[in-house]
Amino acid sequence: MDISMIYYLVPTLVMFCCGIYGFITRKNMIAMLISIELMLNAVDINFVIFNRYLFPGQLEGMMFTLFAIAIAAAETALAIAIIINLFRAHKNIDVSDITKMKF
Amino acid sequence: MDYSQFLAMKQEIGVLVVFLLVFLYDTFMPRKGQAVLPLVATVLFACFTAFCFVTPWPDSIDAFAGMYASSTVIVAIKNILNVGVLIVLIQSIKWANSETTAIRRGEFYELLLVTLFGMYLMISARHFLLFVIGLETASLPLAAMVAFDKHRHESREAAIKYILTAIFSSAIFMMGLSFVYGLTGSLYFTNIAMAIAAGGTVSSLLVLALAFVISGIGFKLSLVPFHLWTADVYQGAPTSVTSYLSVISKGAAAFAFMVILTQVFGAVYSQAWEWMLYALIILTITVGNLFAIRQKNLKRFLAFSSVSQAGYIMLGIMADNAVGAAALMFYILVYIFSNLAAFGVVQAVENASGKVDMDSYKGLYKTNPRLSFAMMLAMFSLAGIPPFAGFFSKFFIFTSAISQGSIAIYVLVLIALINTIVSLYYYLLVVKAMFISDDDCVIPTFRSAGSERLGLWITVAGIVGLGIVSCFYNYLLDITSII
Repeated sequence: MDISMIYYLVPTLVMFCCGIYGFITRKNMIAMLISIELMLNAVDINFVIFNRYLFPGQLEGMMFTLFAIAIAAAETALAIAIIINLFRAHKNIDVSDITKMKF
Repeated sequence: MDYSQFLAMKQEIGVLVVFLLVFLYDTFMPRKGQAVLPLVATVLFACFTAFCFVTPWPDSIDAFAGMYASSTVIVAIKNILNVGVLIVLIQSIKWANSETTAIRRGEFYELLLVTLFGMYLMISARHFLLFVIGLETASLPLAAMVAFDKHRHESREAAIKYILTAIFSSAIFMMGLSFVYGLTGSLYFTNIAMAIAAGGTVSSLLVLALAFVISGIGFKLSLVPFHLWTADVYQGAPTSVTSYLSVISKGAAAFAFMVILTQVFGAVYSQAWEWMLYALIILTITVGNLFAIRQKNLKRFLAFSSVSQAGYIMLGIMADNAVGAAALMFYILVYIFSNLAAFGVVQAVENASGKVDMDSYKGLYKTNPRLSFAMMLAMFSLAGIPPFAGFFSKFFIFTSAISQGSIAIYVLVLIALINTIVSLYYYLLVVKAMFISDDDCVIPTFRSAGSERLGLWITVAGIVGLGIVSCFYNYLLDITSII
């Protein structure tokens, strides 16, 4: 049975847009981070699909995905560390309260 | 595998060696020796910079199946960045030894060297996987550097704003890359360029992918719709980190941006990205200038000024020819000297009195004439007043853009010129505050540390020297015309 590529591509695009929507609307920093993870995962799946369907002879997309997963993990670790540092001082991780510097 | 390929990446390995030496010194040196760590790191880096200048510059080599490339131009831009980093290191010695920072000063140097390594990879990458790794290696440690004063609220706030926008932008950038991969089946710069050129018509998916890629790098360069993090991060970060962020990080990103747009997407210049860049440049220069006018904090002010300077740098990419590349590199070189002079003065005043507001600079000339003079030269150079280097860098970048010859480019350069006049107003506001205005509580006379004075002397010499001596620009023009 063959599933056409479009049935994979539409969900990843929806995932990516959900990530952008969540990043913009959420106020909790952890939720914003989760939204970004959603976007990064959409990218990973996209690479794998293109590799699997369009260029099955090579592994470039798969390799990129492996590296992208590691990079995403490093990014999340650093962001969590900074959020924890903020939480220790504020007891609060709501972005609408972090407004000391503005125009 | 041919291990001699590693010899192609002399600069990268050099930075790693300096990093390891500083790391070992920081880890194993007893407490007594720790106080000279900033000095040791600076001297080591100076040796490395000298080594990069002395060692033969390759004509053109690539390594690792074409993923990594080096050429005279690439070595030249790396050397330009090296000089900038050296000045940043010299200027930050006093801050690194200050009471609050002293306990973790080693980390500042280690993180800084790692980010520099990432920027080198960005510049040399000829495959998008290596480029993304370089981009992340450059931007993640920077977030840790922005959060360096972790007990100060502004620093924490700046760090969270920086890291969230950085990850968001790299997610968008990688989404663009996945579309490019789907269209062309490769991540090598040359293969993508060939596939695009062979494709004939421009598909709408390619335009979308290009928009994603441009906005992803636009975040790093703080071009205007994506610039909102800039002012907050520049204000909140420690001043040494801000000066590093504003010149070195921006210079590396601008050069890498040019490489991507011209080498990968060069075939679709007029169909796809010319107009995107056109709109970005106008917005960046204008909005950066207009927001700079109303800033009271000098670090925020320099942030918006650097936003508008990024717009001028983009004009060199717009030219899409060898003259544009030379003008862009010369602009980065001059920008490094002028902006570091301004940040050097801000840092010296902040270290001595803790003040960064423009109002507190009133009457500075009466108490600290030399510092005000250095600041005046920096402002003149940033604004582009003739005898100084800033005038020539702007002149060359406008000339290279005009050489395209279309009416639209003339209009663009005209808008940039009008904006130069606007920028003159706010740069001179600082000069007016220092020289003409008077205040009751003037910053008292102080003697800045020897390292800060050395840094300022170098930058002032650069501002004046690059304006008078023409051989630097001629040299850059020579090497860029070869490729």
